[in-house]
Amino acid sequence: MSRRTEVLLWGAQRLSAMVLALCVVVHLVTMILAVRSGLSGAEILGRTQGNVAWFAFYTLFVAAVSVHAPIGLRTILGETLGWRGSATNLLVSAFGIALALWGLRAVFAVFGGAAS
Amino acid sequence: MQTLKVKVWRGTEEGAFQEFEVPRQESQTVLDVVTYVQRKCDPTLAYRFACRVGVCGSCAMTVNGRSRWTCRTHVDKVAEDGTVEIAPLRNLPVIKDLVTDMKEFFDKWAKARGRFSGSKTRKDEFERVSPESKERKRVDAGIECIGCGVCYSACDVVSWNRDYLGPAALNRAWTLVNDVRDTAQAERLAAVAGDAGCHACHTHLNCTERCPKGLSPTAGIAGLKRAVLSATLSGELAD
Repeated sequence: MSRRTEVLLWGAQRLSAMVLALCVVVHLVTMILAVRSGLSGAEILGRTQGNVAWFAFYTLFVAAVSVHAPIGLRTILGETLGWRGSATNLLVSAFGIALALWGLRAVFAVFGGAAS
Repeated sequence: MQTLKVKVWRGTEEGAFQEFEVPRQESQTVLDVVTYVQRKCDPTLAYRFACRVGVCGSCAMTVNGRSRWTCRTHVDKVAEDGTVEIAPLRNLPVIKDLVTDMKEFFDKWAKARGRFSGSKTRKDEFERVSPESKERKRVDAGIECIGCGVCYSACDVVSWNRDYLGPAALNRAWTLVNDVRDTAQAERLAAVAGDAGCHACHTHLNCTERCPKGLSPTAGIAGLKRAVLSATLSGELAD
């Protein structure tokens, strides 16, 4: 992988980490508040479905996870198992795509329509 | 007479610790102990030293599991239950006993473009660099490195990634990145970028914790990360 790409991946991981820090705090605070006020799952779904702001927030959350996790996993595999090169890059890319698909499926289920 | 139990590494990569009894003395350093063993107990013990006063950077070893300069490390500070274990530096091939091969350590300084490249000749006027300038202060913060290899030995990332340039080479590169007279900045940023360069650093701070000169290679590496990212985003980084 080119030197420039390596640096850009590092930058992407730092940027996604900043986004994740914010998203995780908002997510946890929201969950704790929602549970404390005694909302049921059905009531929460009733409030989230069709809510564009929460839809955008969680889409950003999923995007940040899908960028951050595979880059970090690539480093871990390289440093702990010595797995480096194009096969590892393909593996972690597939992992990132899978995370994005699973995450977006959940986002659409909670905010776009009925849960499947 | 009070004595100290000393375990000294004997061999190369393969070997074992050998025990010696060494008389305790006031203000005794670990290097004093090693010298006593070599002169009084076993003249075949190999170790390296030169100045004995913390200038040359030759005598670094692993003392009770931690990388240290032995000439300025007092036994009082490091002995545990009257015992000191002395081994060669980590992350470097062992030639014999306490002597490591420093070749890869210094080769990496060259790989990180750790040499100055200027454009002036002896006929030109001296460049005037204000001691108060931001760049000069950054150089001052890292310039006192004595090349002892303690940071390299203490660095986890070096042990995980053998190509990693290491804290000392990157610290040197950072002092040159901030040298306003230097003319090889683009090449240097390219040399320190990527997986084997500054971006591999995990900011564990082992190098900063262990540096006997109190430098912070971690801070220099963080500066390099920012400088390289900036050069990449502006399209100035050579591929």
